[in-house]
Amino acid sequence: MNTLAAHWQQAWAWLHDFPALWLVVTAAVFLLADKAFRLTRHFPLCNPLLLTMAGLALALTLFQVPYADYFRGARPLHWLLGPATVALAVPLYLNLHHVRASLAPLTIALAVGGLTGIASALLLGQLFGLSAVSLISFAPKSVTTPIAMAISEHLGGLPALTANVVIVTGIFGAVIVAPMMRLLGVKDLMVQGFALGVAAHGLGTARAVQLSQTAGAFSGLAMGLNAVLTSLALPLILAVWPM
Amino acid sequence: MLYGLTILCAFLLAGEMIARIAGLPIPGSVLAMLLLTGWLLMRRGVEPRVARVSSGLLRYMPLFFVPAGVGVMELGPRLATEGWAMAAVIALSTAITLAVTALTLQWLLRRRR
Repeated sequence: MNTLAAHWQQAWAWLHDFPALWLVVTAAVFLLADKAFRLTRHFPLCNPLLLTMAGLALALTLFQVPYADYFRGARPLHWLLGPATVALAVPLYLNLHHVRASLAPLTIALAVGGLTGIASALLLGQLFGLSAVSLISFAPKSVTTPIAMAISEHLGGLPALTANVVIVTGIFGAVIVAPMMRLLGVKDLMVQGFALGVAAHGLGTARAVQLSQTAGAFSGLAMGLNAVLTSLALPLILAVWPM
Repeated sequence: MLYGLTILCAFLLAGEMIARIAGLPIPGSVLAMLLLTGWLLMRRGVEPRVARVSSGLLRYMPLFFVPAGVGVMELGPRLATEGWAMAAVIALSTAITLAVTALTLQWLLRRRR
């Protein structure tokens, strides 16, 4: 009996150090969550990303695994974000005729949407009584994480808070997009994708890819353009914004 | 598969390097996406080997956000103080931005036709 216990402990320690442990767990939970999303016919709250994150956060808390340990294990998946973003070039190239044909509307929608994102975060933040530091950390929330963190740090916000706010923004956008577009009567997937990219950056783009690869391409384009717009416009806006 | 992945990663490297060296305000991966788009334009077509890896990666894009996303669980203590106000600001502002962008673009596209 003692040897069995010793073996169990040995095996457990091996598992703990096994480099692919969190890769396997993350992928398995995601596949289950994706199945649940399809079984519930794309019920927004069954969003695979939301379910997977909730499930993993629960598991890490239960087994008392520090987030840093988990992240180290799951890092290869995180790293694949880079090549996946580059991969958006293919659907973007295949839809370039749409971009050329609608250059002016896309540019105007980007400017209006990007500025709405910044202004609404600042206005609502003041309305709900957030501190000045929180306001600055919230302002770049619709922009992809590395850029948002850099902007926030540069302007005197808290980069760590910004990182979390950006992710919650992205998840929220990805979860509400379907019911919201139904409500507004927006059926064009290109429009939905573009709006997702402006409002909810990479996580929105990941959701847009599920709608269609065309939606994903426009989302990726909007995400990139909004990153440029926000990093240029936000310092100017904050300079004149009454705080 | 290796060929397509190598192409994508080579562009990623180029994008990251150029963005850093030139100090551009966009992420290296987004710049790499634009560079690859330019390359495809020059070649006037997508090689099937690149297209296959591209759609394979895009299919699982949400999965790649999971490791960073789970980091939200670290937000715990701060949520206790400003939590509800923060949640309300994020929800409302994101919904407004999404709606305004979509409606503006739809209106502009329809007006032209």
